[in-house]
Amino acid sequence: MSLATTQSIADIRARNKQLIEEVLKVYPEKTAKRRAKHLNVHQAGKSDCGVKSNIKSIPGVMTIRGCAYAGSKGVVWGPIKDMVHISHGPVGCGQYSWGSRRNYYVGTTGIDSFVTLQFTSDFQEKDIVFGGDKKLVKVLDEIQELFPLNNGITIQSECPIGLIGDDIEAVSRTKSKEYGGKTIVPVRCEGFRGVSQSLGHHIANDAVRDWIFDKLEPDGAPKFEPTPYDVAIIGDYNIGGDAWSSRILLEEMGLRVIAQWSGDGSLAELEATPKAKLNLLHCYRSMNYISRHMEEKFGIPWCEYNFFGPSKITESLRKIAAYFDDKIKEGAERVIEKYQPLVNAVVAKYRPRLEGRTVMLYVGGLRPRHVIGAYEDLGMEVVGTGYEFGHNDDYQRTAQNYVKDSTLIYDDVNGYEFERFVEKLQPDLIGSGIKEKYVFQKMGVPFRQMHSWDYSGPYHGYDGFAIFARDMDMAVNSPVWKKTKAPWKETPRAKLLAAE
Amino acid sequence: MAQSAEHVLDHLELFRGPEYQQMLDKKKMFEDPREPAEVERIKEWTKTPEYREKNFAREALTINPAKACQPLGAVFASVGFEGTLPFVHGSQGCVAYYRSHLSRHFKEPCSCVSSSMTEDAAVFGGLNNMIDGLANSYNMYKPKMIAVSTTCMAEVIGDDLNAFIKTSKEKGSVPAEFDVPFAHTPAFVGSHVTGYDNALKGILEHFWDGKAGTVPKLERRPNQAINIIGGFDGYTVGNLREIRRILELMGIQHTILADNSEVFDTPTDGEFRMYDGGTTLEDAANAVHAKATISMQEWCTEKTLQFVAEHGQDVLSFNYPIGISATDDLLVALSRIGGKDIPEQLARERGRLVDAIADSSAHIHGKKFAIYGDPDLCYGVAAFLLELGAEPTHVLSTNGNKAWQTKMAALLASSPFGQSCQVYPGRDLWHLRSLLFTEPVDFLIGNTYGKYLERDTGTPLIRIGFPVFDRHHHHRSPVWGYQGGLNVLVKILDKIFDEIDKKTNLLGKTDYSFDIIR
Repeated sequence: MSLATTQSIADIRARNKQLIEEVLKVYPEKTAKRRAKHLNVHQAGKSDCGVKSNIKSIPGVMTIRGCAYAGSKGVVWGPIKDMVHISHGPVGCGQYSWGSRRNYYVGTTGIDSFVTLQFTSDFQEKDIVFGGDKKLVKVLDEIQELFPLNNGITIQSECPIGLIGDDIEAVSRTKSKEYGGKTIVPVRCEGFRGVSQSLGHHIANDAVRDWIFDKLEPDGAPKFEPTPYDVAIIGDYNIGGDAWSSRILLEEMGLRVIAQWSGDGSLAELEATPKAKLNLLHCYRSMNYISRHMEEKFGIPWCEYNFFGPSKITESLRKIAAYFDDKIKEGAERVIEKYQPLVNAVVAKYRPRLEGRTVMLYVGGLRPRHVIGAYEDLGMEVVGTGYEFGHNDDYQRTAQNYVKDSTLIYDDVNGYEFERFVEKLQPDLIGSGIKEKYVFQKMGVPFRQMHSWDYSGPYHGYDGFAIFARDMDMAVNSPVWKKTKAPWKETPRAKLLAAE
Repeated sequence: MAQSAEHVLDHLELFRGPEYQQMLDKKKMFEDPREPAEVERIKEWTKTPEYREKNFAREALTINPAKACQPLGAVFASVGFEGTLPFVHGSQGCVAYYRSHLSRHFKEPCSCVSSSMTEDAAVFGGLNNMIDGLANSYNMYKPKMIAVSTTCMAEVIGDDLNAFIKTSKEKGSVPAEFDVPFAHTPAFVGSHVTGYDNALKGILEHFWDGKAGTVPKLERRPNQAINIIGGFDGYTVGNLREIRRILELMGIQHTILADNSEVFDTPTDGEFRMYDGGTTLEDAANAVHAKATISMQEWCTEKTLQFVAEHGQDVLSFNYPIGISATDDLLVALSRIGGKDIPEQLARERGRLVDAIADSSAHIHGKKFAIYGDPDLCYGVAAFLLELGAEPTHVLSTNGNKAWQTKMAALLASSPFGQSCQVYPGRDLWHLRSLLFTEPVDFLIGNTYGKYLERDTGTPLIRIGFPVFDRHHHHRSPVWGYQGGLNVLVKILDKIFDEIDKKTNLLGKTDYSFDIIR
């Protein structure tokens, strides 16, 4: 059991503050000053978490962050299933991000759907020296010939594109015209842009605005009869089927989901979204930009919601319903009532096994706050959290709606800091990514990947909560954690050899 | 509602129920989907010789390649040295990718840092990133060595690693005598095997040739030792341990260079070992005195071996030795160069492999195989199949070159079982898809991505290669040597028997052949 549960808030605050001081000692002076701004102990009542964010990572520290390409191809665009997404540049970026994000979709892969294919222009030295535009032209032609049922193409720029001065916009325009107005979207998401995946999300959102919305016929006939209950799911990547276990609730309450952004999404759904009556925004970080744009341009309001854990799901269903008439409000109550027995049974089964256990989180731009309620529904306590690529508005939402007093906050944490924090706080569970998973498991700390759901899921919705509860239980209460100590050796203390 | 607390359904079953199926059916109307008949028509068209011809006419587009980029190989080689932190100069997202990729295969941590270059570095160069980065890494992670490589960003803007590291040392980032070998590893040249080669050569050059002009070059005093280089290998843990065991049995003094067999297989006992095992820096330096260097993978070590040869050593390379003859050749070479006899124990192991093949070959004989992967792995697997009386039919390597093609062709020509085989350098898995439709085979050998080919073409996949993300722990067992050959044999046989059982288990229809003894 962790120290955190046995101490007063004041003790915890003092310990966490001291821990931050200790961690900073390892750095050269300049680095210590910079890192100090990203680490804090949350104080109840403050409007944010008191950390700087969305600032360049420091060289050499082992940041966990990725790049703009990962934010655009890997997150926003990659899941659009009926478009071909070209990883434009050398082979690696597309290879490492091939199929690893678990954006589920239904389609005939390679024929009318392309999510789990790796299309790359595989740049060679001559493409760097002479430019890659000619090759891109040929790549587009070859896609058209071999994949005639693709509904559009995006060009996801890797680092060299912006450095060698290629004009992918010109190529896109020319080829689009040649193919009778086909949607071809150039995306300037070179990996060196910005400080993390985050700018890639923004660039990808802007590309939807400029290359899809701005090309829509202003009075084009809708492909379906609109209803007053049409909504779009924005910022759900359908990891392990998350968007599906969300959609089912929205439809059960009487809404009609006309688009999914972007998990299991299609170009037609993107194009239809300006017809929605309300945009439902799950991942605020990666898709607030396009939601704001649709509000300004098309007058569509947007509503943030949280489908992790029954408390937040119930709250969100009511919040969404409040935008509509009594029919939908009643629908929301009906849905809440329908799933209550499932929620009760899940809590009854798993809460006794997880009650009082502590959790440390470190994820991307949404889950460091969004999953806290789900843990609390199971009686667990989040004692530390931080964002890989959150901005200040994320930390505001975190402070105002989610974290408890004295929670340890770490922005853009690196390997060294995270290991030190865990060593000291001794949580019962860590939720983070693949690069962190095995480090902490070696230390004997149960772990769940909170990007990929550790190959499980969905975790969204009431159906997802049951899976979430099962998975946290199997991590925390796995018998293997009792075996890490050889019986002839002393009790090992989780420690980090390298830094000692 | 299908979900329940008693029997929690996850993605494997949840969405198959009527509620979700109806929901997904209704979703279709918003997707503006293609006509099912049209999808079917195109699907069938992609199976035709006509499509194959168009597919093979591709000049610019690569689809589902079986290769990664140079720095991945550089990181893989670098972690094989004692206390070594790989430092990749360039954009930071790349490092996140290498670490994830290696962790997903080995189910192990992979420590590596980036110099986190962004727009300003693109304009002004990454010198400051190098200066700060080396200082931070050195202080935080207390490495014994930092091995620098590059992403394509740093290569495109032309950063000079040698000069940058020198300046960083002058600025006090790391002590002047601290080891910072380096290698330029542009992603737009070669593949991960090239990066392995460049990084290893960079490290040896550092120790042997005067540490970038800061100390005198080592003077070679030949001894009796043999250096071993494994190359980029998904089975590095099992293979390097097996090679060490063989060398110890033979009593040959040796150094395994870039030995990452420990760091990719650390225990869970409460301690995270960021560094573990690895070739000691002292051994890396002293490796110059060895009488010979043997590479287990020719195409992972072209430049390295040339460099070693220029220092006066005998060099010899193998092509991922799997099976009887390949292991025979390896042992004979070790015996000849090391001046030691091959012990009886190894002869007995050989006999056991021959015994196993004799017991089972009837089930493999004449079966057609497609193989893809790194050039050496393809060669090693094909050679073993020929020994088993199987017929390699398509051998494809995205990062294989003309020289590889020629050598593969010679191997195939040397056996009656290789006569119907074609070799495809520089091709990808979408090409292979066409091949499997137009010239079907019985089994496919490749990495995890082969499961897409298995799904599309119905060719059963035997997972041998890198990466293997969706099966666990196979990297811990060797595929080299007689013992490794036995492992590969069993892997192939298990799949063959599973397939026979699957095809004969229909009650009252096909189960007369559902034999209890095979």
